[in-house]
Amino acid sequence: MTETGTPMIRMAAVDKHFGELHVLKDINLEVAAGQVVVVLGPSGSGKSTLCRTINRLEPIDGGEIAIDGKALPAEGKALAGLRADVGMVFQSFNLFAHKTILENVMLAPTKVRRQNKAEAEKNAMRLLERVGIANQKDKYPAQLSGGQQQRVAIARALAMGPKVMLFDEPTSALDPEMVNEVLDVMTTLAKEGMTMLVVTHEMGFARRAAHRVIFMADGEIVEDATPDDFFTNPTSDRAKDFLGKILTH
Amino acid sequence: MGVLIEQFPLYVSGFLGTLRLCVFAAIGSLVLGTVIAACRVSPVPPLRALGSAWVTVFRNTPLAVVLFAVAFGLPELGVNGSYFWFGVAGLTFYTSAFVCEAVRSGINSVPPGQAEAARAVGLTFTQSLSLVILPQAFRTVVPPLGSVIIAMIKNSAIAGAFGIGGDLFAVGSTLTSAQGYAAAATLFGVLLGYLVLTIPAGIGLARLEKKLAVAR
Repeated sequence: MTETGTPMIRMAAVDKHFGELHVLKDINLEVAAGQVVVVLGPSGSGKSTLCRTINRLEPIDGGEIAIDGKALPAEGKALAGLRADVGMVFQSFNLFAHKTILENVMLAPTKVRRQNKAEAEKNAMRLLERVGIANQKDKYPAQLSGGQQQRVAIARALAMGPKVMLFDEPTSALDPEMVNEVLDVMTTLAKEGMTMLVVTHEMGFARRAAHRVIFMADGEIVEDATPDDFFTNPTSDRAKDFLGKILTH
Repeated sequence: MGVLIEQFPLYVSGFLGTLRLCVFAAIGSLVLGTVIAACRVSPVPPLRALGSAWVTVFRNTPLAVVLFAVAFGLPELGVNGSYFWFGVAGLTFYTSAFVCEAVRSGINSVPPGQAEAARAVGLTFTQSLSLVILPQAFRTVVPPLGSVIIAMIKNSAIAGAFGIGGDLFAVGSTLTSAQGYAAAATLFGVLLGYLVLTIPAGIGLARLEKKLAVAR
């Protein structure tokens, strides 16, 4: 992992309000290619919002965001083109409910990348194989467990060959026994060198797979450290308080 | 009831006239209503304003006035056509406002996560709408759209009253006023003609609803 060159994600002086609430305050963040960044923080700290501003699912009020050196365009075709390069995995999976598993993975490659059906299907099957869902390809999302749906959602995002993957609390809506099957896929992805920004509460994953931990509170980045440093030696009171609450039980 | 047997061919031609009017207006209003609904949810403010204005005008104007406006207004604008096509246009414009609102309620019933996921994989607004949102919206919209279309079939009688000619309503008035048949029996025949259209339409829609529900 190198810190030189254009950062894959660059956020500079990003500000965002939800009405009266100042959810993101002067966020400055650079994520290098191949880096895995875990964003931690209490609920309401703005970590999900931060994740969603990166592909402009949430527009920002001030500052700049660039992906691989390209500034985020406003609404329109250019923004759609940029989003195609940024994979996103949601807390609630959001698989297309009217399409089969295979169709879910093939939709964007055929419609956005204009791949032909055969090529898209081959690629989709390879990805479904990889996340272990290939045998469910003709089912509809509602027929799958949460863990399986989330793995399909990861395959759907990977089918676009993204430069970056964003994970917005990918395991928060899962039953406990399904969390690991999703984290395993994510850990493998991290090891293969994918640039990832992961909002999560899974401390195990942060220790195991992250290069870097960002701790947010009240819309600000409070700490930015390696996982080891963050968990053993947090510098701010808010991080100590947060870790105290989650690690004692 | 003799009129039904004696004038059966006339009834059939009136039935076919109404059927033709309704098929064109149904296709027209479903397509136009969906396009207007797409305008109303689009990220482009002028399109949203156009959509709202269209719905406000046509939903709040009596159909008879819309037909008047089309029949006398379009020729003023240089658009000429037969009364039949003016009838189709008036009925389409009027019904499209109701189709739009039904479709829009369907769009709003699709969880917002579906649209977010569609945008996140790089689909444009039009693609998200046509590939992800509308196919799911139409499922919930079949019952209200059915009511709109059935109301449209009955409303076609108003176009008939305007004298587009050759439809069931025209047959009814010709037989009662020009040929002096008893009103009750004649109109019973007209009623049967409309029922032959509306009841199968209702059954067809119920089937469609079931078929779409299974695919979920």
